[in-house]
Amino acid sequence: MTGRHRSKIVATIAEALAPLTDGMTILVGGFGLSGNPEALMRGVMERGVRDLTMVSNNAGALGRGLGLWLRAGIVRKVICSYIGPNDDVHSRMAAGTLDVEVTPQGTLAERMRAAGAGIPAFYTPTGVGTLVERGKEVKEIGGKRYILEHALHGDVALVRAHTSDQFGNLRFWRTARNFNPVMATAAKLAIVECDNLVANGAIDPDDVHLAGMYTHRIVHIAEHENAFEFTPGRSAR
Amino acid sequence: MTQLAYWSTEDMARRAAREIPEGSIVNLGIGMPTQVADFLPEGHAWLHSENGLLGTGPFPAEGEADPNLINAGKQAVTVVKGGSTFDSATSFAMIRGGHVDVAFLGAMQVSARGDIANWAVPGGKVMGIGGAMDLASGCRRVIAMMQHLNKSGEHKLVQVCDYPLTAAGVVTLVITDLGVFEPTGEGFRIVELAPGVSRELAQAATGARLG
Repeated sequence: MTGRHRSKIVATIAEALAPLTDGMTILVGGFGLSGNPEALMRGVMERGVRDLTMVSNNAGALGRGLGLWLRAGIVRKVICSYIGPNDDVHSRMAAGTLDVEVTPQGTLAERMRAAGAGIPAFYTPTGVGTLVERGKEVKEIGGKRYILEHALHGDVALVRAHTSDQFGNLRFWRTARNFNPVMATAAKLAIVECDNLVANGAIDPDDVHLAGMYTHRIVHIAEHENAFEFTPGRSAR
Repeated sequence: MTQLAYWSTEDMARRAAREIPEGSIVNLGIGMPTQVADFLPEGHAWLHSENGLLGTGPFPAEGEADPNLINAGKQAVTVVKGGSTFDSATSFAMIRGGHVDVAFLGAMQVSARGDIANWAVPGGKVMGIGGAMDLASGCRRVIAMMQHLNKSGEHKLVQVCDYPLTAAGVVTLVITDLGVFEPTGEGFRIVELAPGVSRELAQAATGARLG
């Protein structure tokens, strides 16, 4: 008998994504186009799965990133915090072909943190007195009102890391960390796309950002587009 | 009424910077508030970006931008010495937990009770909430920055917001192109008027009583 953490390195994106099936809830790391698992995101389109529930802070941008999933018509529902002018979402919402759940960004993150930490629901002050409260339990604690929000679990998380070792201990780069680690904890299966793959022991235990217990498949992708959403330096001071 | 502009957005940002005590943790919202950083002396305060950065530095020199080092407005930034990075759940725990001293937020409407609306226009496309509700309800002090009137010349300082709320009763100060105003519950107290702005002009541009 072998455990889930015996051997995690896979050679190809297709092999990494083999467990995906129609109708899954997929958590996708990134803040806009920053910190996206780019190769895994492309691979999902080639994998041919559909009717997905996609959980991501932004749902793509400028027809890029997860915008490609929407254009391919493989997404049934989006759970995100911010859409912006992203027409890939707006046009499908208007046509009634896409279900969109918008949630405050901190609540989105905490719902997945809770899922990974065995907390089924939690009370939060965010959104009290707003439309976010609608249809939810509100409780007064210590004279203040709080909304009950529920944990958000994923079937699969697609995670981008800067460095992984063989066990799947991860380190992230700058603000590319964002939702990646919390999504790994909230999913039954966390698939990691790492820029650098190193031997166990190469990352000092005190420098591990996410322990390898949370990750299950690791694919090494050295080259990334790392797109800018806005042209840098435009308003440099 | 036509669009007024007694203070430029630069003047507003300069005035906003004076509200930041030395050694505080500050979140500058997307849009106009981002400009406040231009008027903070180096090392004066620690800038928090909710996408996972404390110690946000100036925009990078040309050719030195890193697409994986951005602020919440998705602009490439730098990180100052002593800065740190963290995940989104930690970042919002900082906000919700009251560890951010002051947030500056753009706004569509602010009411006399300190309610703020800044994420949706009735009947308009839903652009999303982002970090606005967490920042507005979690930061210790919330300061709104906005034009005094909207593009149609309608009041933005109002008795009661009719746009969907971001948070209720949280705004302690509003900085506009006409001056600085404090919600009192009944109306707004004039803290300061921009040069050339009379009390009568400010009152005519405000949808609640100015005191």
